[in-house]
Amino acid sequence: MTTADVRSGAQELPEPADEETPTWTGWVRRRALKSFPPDQLLPDRQPIYVASWIYVFGVLTIGALLVVLGSGAALALEGPTWYHTSNVGHFFNSLHLWSVELFFFFMVIHLWGKFFMAAWRGKRALTWITGAVAFLGSIGTAFTGYVVQTNFDSQWIATQAKDGLNSVGIGAWFNVLNTGQMLLWHVLLLPLVLGVLVVLHVLLVRKRGVVPPFGAINEPAQTPAVAGPAPAHTDHEEQS
Amino acid sequence: MSAASTAHAEQPPADGHRSKSDPAARKWVGPTRHYDLVKEFVIATVVVLALSVVLAGALGSPDDKSVTLQQWAKAAPADFVATAVTELGGTSGTATYGVPYNNTPDAGQKLGPLPLQTLIGRIREPINTANDFVLTPLSSVPNNAELVNAISTFRAASPDQQAKWTAAYSDALTKVTGSDPTAVAPGDYGPVPTLAAAELALAQSGGLDGALTRNNGFYTTDYTKPLMFIADGGYLAGIADSQHLSGDQWGMMNETGSYPGQPWLWLYTFWYQVSPFNTSGNADALVWGLMMFLSLILVFLPFIPGLRSLPKYLGVHRLIWRDYYRNNRPVEPARR
Amino acid sequence: MSVLAMAASLTGPGHYVHWGVVQISVANLVVIGLMVITFVIALLLPFPKGRSKR
Repeated sequence: MTTADVRSGAQELPEPADEETPTWTGWVRRRALKSFPPDQLLPDRQPIYVASWIYVFGVLTIGALLVVLGSGAALALEGPTWYHTSNVGHFFNSLHLWSVELFFFFMVIHLWGKFFMAAWRGKRALTWITGAVAFLGSIGTAFTGYVVQTNFDSQWIATQAKDGLNSVGIGAWFNVLNTGQMLLWHVLLLPLVLGVLVVLHVLLVRKRGVVPPFGAINEPAQTPAVAGPAPAHTDHEEQS
Repeated sequence: MSAASTAHAEQPPADGHRSKSDPAARKWVGPTRHYDLVKEFVIATVVVLALSVVLAGALGSPDDKSVTLQQWAKAAPADFVATAVTELGGTSGTATYGVPYNNTPDAGQKLGPLPLQTLIGRIREPINTANDFVLTPLSSVPNNAELVNAISTFRAASPDQQAKWTAAYSDALTKVTGSDPTAVAPGDYGPVPTLAAAELALAQSGGLDGALTRNNGFYTTDYTKPLMFIADGGYLAGIADSQHLSGDQWGMMNETGSYPGQPWLWLYTFWYQVSPFNTSGNADALVWGLMMFLSLILVFLPFIPGLRSLPKYLGVHRLIWRDYYRNNRPVEPARR
Repeated sequence: MSVLAMAASLTGPGHYVHWGVVQISVANLVVIGLMVITFVIALLLPFPKGRSKR
């Protein structure tokens, strides 16, 4: 059993002990390694067709999200009304606003790119779904943010939005006029859900790989230097 | 490379028949290129951070001060008094809203045949506008025997009598000339003028803001009552309109001042501008339902025939993958 | 930075473009315009070639 074999993740690690005392930990480890062999989780290479600037908008979105979270954390340090009377607070409020604008800017361009690539092909439907739900969830998260600004804008947005939510009965359970409730949803609950969705989304991209072009030829390049068996294995689905 | 190939050859296909007909699902074994994901991530984050800092430093952010009932009562006393009387008379927007604030017959929007507002909603934010907005706050005003008398007179009267007084006074208010909004023509208004004047004074002193949040005890983070009261009047809406934030101004997309707002809400607010939504009493429910439906289409796009084939026919991918197509002859897929 | 801030203050009243039923702020129009331009540039700009394994 060579380390190369282990690293490719295609072979089971030797687990003679499991037959006697199988563990939950072992099960989780085996599942994780099978789905995400380290070489696949953090590869140095990508398929040759990953060669367009459109591909950077996913990671730009994530970068923007990190700045949103960081600036939000700074605002949380001093409480929701700090920024009205502090220059430093005002700067972090501005940072939070513009990083949110950039977040949506990059995310929508990422969505456009993925649509035109029909990136859900090849069993990647769940990648698309987690992304779309994260998009919609981001809109909801941003909305709770607008409503906890504790200024005129939040007063107006809350009193308007309540009508939409009340009209379908949701407003009775999700009271946008209750600033405390909205603040906790904005700072804790929704970012948590969004975080899980983003992690799932990225893991799915790593698991399935970047979607190939329409009609791509998925065969190893024919070079005289390659030794080994004929490439009949291209018809076999990778175990994952 | 050979170790990996050997490994692949030894794996039995998970669902061989499906993978054969879905070439895009197979792990890529074709040519690859150097691609440093972590470096890309670090550079992207630094770039976004730099962009954010520059934008924040150069352009700042909006922060229009919140409106208090005190400010409203001082800046627009006529509008305040008129609103307060409708709260007392139970004819204001809040008083006739229905779920989740109160039980008003026939109030509540419908999505087609479904009365979702009352079906899913419950009265979880109970508001009796006459008591909560007017009489209870006024009860806390000290040393005013006339006011105490007026409150008990109003409370003792029948609902019909209360409605007659408030309606008559509301009507008289619309005919007021001069700067005192409570100086109306003589008429049978009962204790209502006293109550209205006292409410105005309480609001202008700042006491009403406090009274409306004090009901919940010492601590409160729930601003339902003062916000509903303010929103019933024309003052808040007037400011919003001047900032282009009203519903019929595509307001949902906008921000105060000249700042960019929420362009991603363009489709949500679009429906409010057009028929039949712009004249329907169920507009909110209808737009919500439509947007939920469209959102489901977005989420489940991969499964929608026709829509999911659109990208291939639009051809933008030919730009994205032009290098690949130039160097590799694409295969016509065996099945669509 | 403060000179830039004064020059680029966005707290003044917004300007709006009216086109039929559409009313859009100049700020939002700029954002959307920049998005479209960025998207097109991303599609057209050549991407650096990496070391490929052929």
